[in-house]
Amino acid sequence: MREFFRQARYVVAENPVTGVAFALFLVFVVVALFGPALAPHSPLASNTAEALHPPDAQHWFGTDQLGRDVFSRIVVATRLDLGIAAGAVALAFVFGTGMGLAAGFFGGWADRIIGRLTDTIMAFPLFVLAMGIVAAMGNTVTNIIYATAIINLPLYARLARAEANIRRDAGYVEAARLAGNSEIRIVVAHILPNIMPLMVVQASLTLGYAILNAAGLSFIGLGVRPPTAEWGIMVAEGASSIVSGEWWEALFPGLALMLAVFCFNLLGDGLRDVIDPRNRT
Amino acid sequence: MWRVLIGRLSTAIPSIAGVIVVTFVLTRALPGDPAVYFAGPTATPQSVEEIRHQLGLDRRWPVQFAYYLDDLAHGDLGNSLSTGQPVLTEILTRLPASAELTLAGLLIAVLIAVPLGVLAAVRPGSWIDHVCRVVSTAGVSLPTFFTGLLLVYVFYFLLGWSPAPLGRLDIFYSAPPMHTGFYLVDSLIAGDLETFRATLSQLILPAFTLGIFALAPLARVTRAAMLAALGSEFVRTARASGLSRWRIVAVYAFRNAILPVVTTLGMVFSYLLGGNILVEKVFAWPGIGSYAIDALIASDYAPVQGFVLAMAALYVTLNLLIDMLYGVLDPRVGISA
Repeated sequence: MREFFRQARYVVAENPVTGVAFALFLVFVVVALFGPALAPHSPLASNTAEALHPPDAQHWFGTDQLGRDVFSRIVVATRLDLGIAAGAVALAFVFGTGMGLAAGFFGGWADRIIGRLTDTIMAFPLFVLAMGIVAAMGNTVTNIIYATAIINLPLYARLARAEANIRRDAGYVEAARLAGNSEIRIVVAHILPNIMPLMVVQASLTLGYAILNAAGLSFIGLGVRPPTAEWGIMVAEGASSIVSGEWWEALFPGLALMLAVFCFNLLGDGLRDVIDPRNRT
Repeated sequence: MWRVLIGRLSTAIPSIAGVIVVTFVLTRALPGDPAVYFAGPTATPQSVEEIRHQLGLDRRWPVQFAYYLDDLAHGDLGNSLSTGQPVLTEILTRLPASAELTLAGLLIAVLIAVPLGVLAAVRPGSWIDHVCRVVSTAGVSLPTFFTGLLLVYVFYFLLGWSPAPLGRLDIFYSAPPMHTGFYLVDSLIAGDLETFRATLSQLILPAFTLGIFALAPLARVTRAAMLAALGSEFVRTARASGLSRWRIVAVYAFRNAILPVVTTLGMVFSYLLGGNILVEKVFAWPGIGSYAIDALIASDYAPVQGFVLAMAALYVTLNLLIDMLYGVLDPRVGISA
């Protein structure tokens, strides 16, 4: 653990961007946890007399078409946006890793079935598949999470499969087998901890993509419904006013989205440097 | 040659089978009962039952699957409820608009990303290397729909350089006579430079929006592949033999670095076909993406399924083409296949 922190400090010292990304990540987490308490106005209270006001001291990011405070809506939306992404990545992580381990360690028919399944998912353009799944299962936030998890599943399954496969006959696995451990126990207690760091890096790298995907789905009118505050839907609502010059309604939620994805991508790269120094970019 | 070709084609069959099964499952998992929907609000339980029988929804699902395959074999994707037109016809009429946009986006991405990646690898640590790194990190962080709106704000509202983001052609122009369905090509065939210019000015912003998104992975991979190729032993030998710097980079290193770049094209196409939907919505582009969105909003599911199937078929075909291109570019691949 101490070794890990020393390595982490070294990475941050060499690449301050990772430190900045981590600070930004903490800000996002705090806002997601305490968003409703931090927002200066109600995210849903409309006031048509103040519709489409440009940013000023009262409304930092201006107001939207219904006179709602854009800043408060962005702050409150953080929890929903990050929650969808985190939920989807967690599901994909758990099931993808499990499937990959089974395929890579046991091989045989488990490998064939899981390989076929991931190939089939990868045969679709991923955003299109997510769209089809949400359309078929019903237009709800839960289904957005499932759809995003499904399109991310192959990434985890393939990585876990490859990593489990090369460790299948490693010395310490042989030793564990000789010591009388069951195959299941070897997978859970010996293989899984060894591939865990790589899987965590993969998770942090795909979090940004999950946020983009969910926001994209709600931008085209799937999942989150008005008047709920969510970044993608806020950009969609601001799309008509940006053409006539009221830029703030779409710009700020778009920037929030961009910043979040940027932060997670940088963090993922930084984490990879800490855990796997060979792949340094 | 033919054996290789057939071998490659057969690898696509499991993908296509998987795609058909998934679209069928998505069809059957639909919310609501299509029979009730077709019967209308005043229907009696008996008439709903009759319609269910007519639609074949009371059969067991393996039988339904057989009927579904039969329909697909006849190119029947069902009818759109809101327009009443066959889905296949509508998708085919709208496909050229999407294809023109996607190809333009891809062209822009390749034209920017490949030189950028090569230059960054030739001079690591220089300013162009930093530009490359920023572009490849920022590019994947930008939501496509947001980039599109920003470009519209800057180039349409602030600068007034580009026309209103409303479709493929300004209403004052009429579409060129149909040859390929690509307005740029068709207007050139007709010799109508005015229409060509109008089409181009409508196309530039959405194509750049798509291009910016696709650029990032391409630039990243080009840079990495060029770095690897330039560090290899055959390049060292070429240098030692006194070949010119340009010849080493352009012929020796680039020829080898192009292979991973072509492989990445598969992933880039996945991005492009998905991003296409969002860009078409922002720019009111009359392609298949906006058709699918309109259908989704209206709970009109036949077009959505047709769209998903068409996109998947397109994507599998593109991957197959990339596979074959790979064989052409790298003779070593052909032998083992």
